[in-house]
Amino acid sequence: MKTEADNMVAPTGEQAPNTRKSRSQWAEVWRRLRRNRMAMLGLVIILIIFFTAIFAEVIAPYDYRTQNLMRVADPPSREHLLGTDDLGRDILSRIIFGARVSLQVGFVAVSISLIVGGTLGALAGYYGGNLDNVVMRFMDVLLAIPSILLAIAIVSAFGGGLINVMIAVGIATIPVYARIVKASVISIKEQEFVEAARAVGARDSRIIIKHILPNSLAPIIVQGTLGVAIAILSAAGLSFIGLGIEPPTPEWGAMLSSGRHLIRRAPHVATFPGIAIMITIFALNLLGDGLRDALDPRLKQ
Amino acid sequence: MHKYILRRLLLLIPVMFGVSFVVFTIMFFTPGDPAKILLGERAPEAEVQALRTQMGLDDPYLVQFGRFIFNALRGDLGRSLTTRRPAAQELWARFPATLQLAAAGVLVAVLMGIPIGIISATKQYSLFDGFSMVLALIGVSMPNFWQGIMMVLLFSIVLRWFPSSGYGTFRHLIMPALTIGTSSAATITRMTRSSMLEVVRQDYIRTARAKGLSERVVINRHALKNALIPIVTVIGLQFGYLLGGAVLTETIFSWPGVGRLMVDAIRQRDYTVVQGGVLLLALTFSIVNLLVDILYAYIDPRIKAQYK
Amino acid sequence: MSETLLDIRDLRVTYQTEEGLVLAVDNLNLTLKKGETLGLVGETGAGKTTTALAVMQLVPNPPGTVESGEIWFNGENLLKKKNEEMRTVRGNQISMIFQDPMTSLNPVLTVGFQIEEAVMLHQKLTSKQAERQARDMLKLVGIPEGRAGDYPHEFSGGMRQRVGIAIALSCNPSLLIADEPTTALDVTIQAQVLDLMRRLRSEFGTSMILITHDLGVVAEVCDTVAIMYAGTVVETSDTRRLFTEPRHPYTQGLFGSIPSLDEEVTRLSPITGIMPDPTELPSGCRFHPRCPMAAEICSQRTPTMVPVEEGHNVHCMIYEGLVEAKKE
Repeated sequence: MKTEADNMVAPTGEQAPNTRKSRSQWAEVWRRLRRNRMAMLGLVIILIIFFTAIFAEVIAPYDYRTQNLMRVADPPSREHLLGTDDLGRDILSRIIFGARVSLQVGFVAVSISLIVGGTLGALAGYYGGNLDNVVMRFMDVLLAIPSILLAIAIVSAFGGGLINVMIAVGIATIPVYARIVKASVISIKEQEFVEAARAVGARDSRIIIKHILPNSLAPIIVQGTLGVAIAILSAAGLSFIGLGIEPPTPEWGAMLSSGRHLIRRAPHVATFPGIAIMITIFALNLLGDGLRDALDPRLKQ
Repeated sequence: MHKYILRRLLLLIPVMFGVSFVVFTIMFFTPGDPAKILLGERAPEAEVQALRTQMGLDDPYLVQFGRFIFNALRGDLGRSLTTRRPAAQELWARFPATLQLAAAGVLVAVLMGIPIGIISATKQYSLFDGFSMVLALIGVSMPNFWQGIMMVLLFSIVLRWFPSSGYGTFRHLIMPALTIGTSSAATITRMTRSSMLEVVRQDYIRTARAKGLSERVVINRHALKNALIPIVTVIGLQFGYLLGGAVLTETIFSWPGVGRLMVDAIRQRDYTVVQGGVLLLALTFSIVNLLVDILYAYIDPRIKAQYK
Repeated sequence: MSETLLDIRDLRVTYQTEEGLVLAVDNLNLTLKKGETLGLVGETGAGKTTTALAVMQLVPNPPGTVESGEIWFNGENLLKKKNEEMRTVRGNQISMIFQDPMTSLNPVLTVGFQIEEAVMLHQKLTSKQAERQARDMLKLVGIPEGRAGDYPHEFSGGMRQRVGIAIALSCNPSLLIADEPTTALDVTIQAQVLDLMRRLRSEFGTSMILITHDLGVVAEVCDTVAIMYAGTVVETSDTRRLFTEPRHPYTQGLFGSIPSLDEEVTRLSPITGIMPDPTELPSGCRFHPRCPMAAEICSQRTPTMVPVEEGHNVHCMIYEGLVEAKKE
């Protein structure tokens, strides 16, 4: 009710209704999110992982590259809290540096698919017609290929490495964002404040960026958060089958893969990187779920 | 109904054409010369060139794509660059194992996910609900390749219950199926719960209760069928996820499926097989989605009615 | 005519919400005699639907709780009944028609089956007999019986509400609760559906509670009226007397906000202010902040029921002699 009334005032102050509405709306979302204990737990874990990634040099007890062939695959001890890997490197340090890689992959890959998919979706939704048809049929094609397979195909063709993995994982999930953005653009396009902006002669690009995108943020934020989790998992999967990030860069999936052959003798080598992945994904899922509830109160009783 | 199925079948053609185009294009621009891979690095340049001409690798891009499509329609996906046998034959030989694994995974996911989701929803905020929701969240957060390794560690190495790899018996299937199905089971549990919670809030559920129906009938007859509509879609999508996951799971358990064949092919730069594998799995996924859409129409009369 | 069918005493229903405890229904008293039609009138949020759901014992829990009170139906206190016992009452002795026919029918079951299952449950008929009865019920509400195999989406809103009526009447209940059955329908359809309900009610001899905010509907259909405000009944009377001599200032206000065709009125006099926030109900008489005649005592003391005439009761301190009625 309130937002509708707010939107009615739109014609004169071009962007005023929008930003005014969103400011109080975001405060309300934050208030709801803060009350969700699980979501806050997720947020705190993610912040800790971020912190760890940024200050990896300070926090990590060893350099992630230092090999010690005298202490290959040592179990956890006082010097090496999580033990050492197949080359005698400190696993804790590698996990700490690995956070950097995983977060980068997760966020960059999501940014890629969000920018490309979001733009395509916004254009398709806003203009409709042939453009919509061409874009969405292409998205159908991409969706027909299971995303990890598409990523595998791209990386196997163009080679591994951080950049290629990000691009591959990003491309594979473009259709998801295109669909979400398109759907919300269509639903928002018809509302009065957009009509009003059009009536006062605002340009299309301005309408899309100023009016439509801010209002379709909610589903994008939720999907983006969960998307980071999926991207991290996909990248780890790629590295696991030897297609992803190359050594000596400490990537959790690759670390796990190298521990696989030691599973009988030194199970800790494969165990800890997996736990690191799981905690990260778990936290992102908690936050994503919490955001969804906070952004869409209708779903919560 | 037939019209609907026919329409969906016809839609499959442009989508598969598009998939072929995408996959072919990726592989086309791959650095590396198939002729050279076939003959080996040390082959004389003249021989390589002769083979290139023979394989039509010097033709323009579109000509090659046309040939690829034409051959693919006849079931010819080219020759493996390592074994030199037809790629289609190699993939087809491995296909049943992958299908078996994916189907077992879906079965695990559905048999666990739907009942747990329903119980969770009907006992919202109960101990069971809280416990299964946390488990489900862990389930979706666990990388399945890690889960596979941990299961090998626990059930093969420590407890010696199941073989750590191999193919053929039911005992071989259990761990791979659980590995590949856990995350889908978790997703379906969460989806079932939220879908049920959404449905039991609907007015028609209140109408059903107002008739004096027992809670069991209200849930099973009135709520479940409505709640299943979105769940069926999710199951279809999960199948695609499982086909992708097969690549990882098959690697861990040495499962002789398409996925492992593809991973080996990638290592040996056998692009024909990779290309064919992606195509085959995408086609399988599309067909499963088609079946799901048809099933969907049987559950939801509103869709069926559009195509009467 | 004088035998009491339903007697609600001191009913109190609350909802636990994020904003706090909502007193949806409080201190509510209501009686319905056999064969009568009672109009339950009030604004949105006055607690009409909650009252109906409490009778059916379908108040969604959580968040709602029937905290106290008694609901006597045919000499039995429904609130004391176990859930299984209540199921033999619901849909059988008491049935309900809901407001929105577009969402009240299950989209994946045929309308015929949705009637059948109630019949089968309560009348112990075979499925063949139940099917026959479902078809008869459809005919009775003016739907060709051949359409029993169709799904709700194949019907218009008015037709769906007819199906809703068929479901509700299929077991020949002694009490029918109709919760704004025509609000969601087009005006022309409204009249048809109301006519149908009136006809069937007299045919079946069913007593009825008609929930509405439309005084016009009340005048047409109801024998007696109860006016609700903020979770409680403020005035009950037979229909004619309420329309000629409304006593409670709120009721008077309601009539003041309807244009009359008989009198030349230059402007309507709507009730000032808005419905109070249900989490923070005013003290004393709930209506006093909006009441043109409110005195100091109105905020301090809850009004008791005063019979002003035979069968005409008002909850207002004016009639307790504690407040002086002002003439406007």
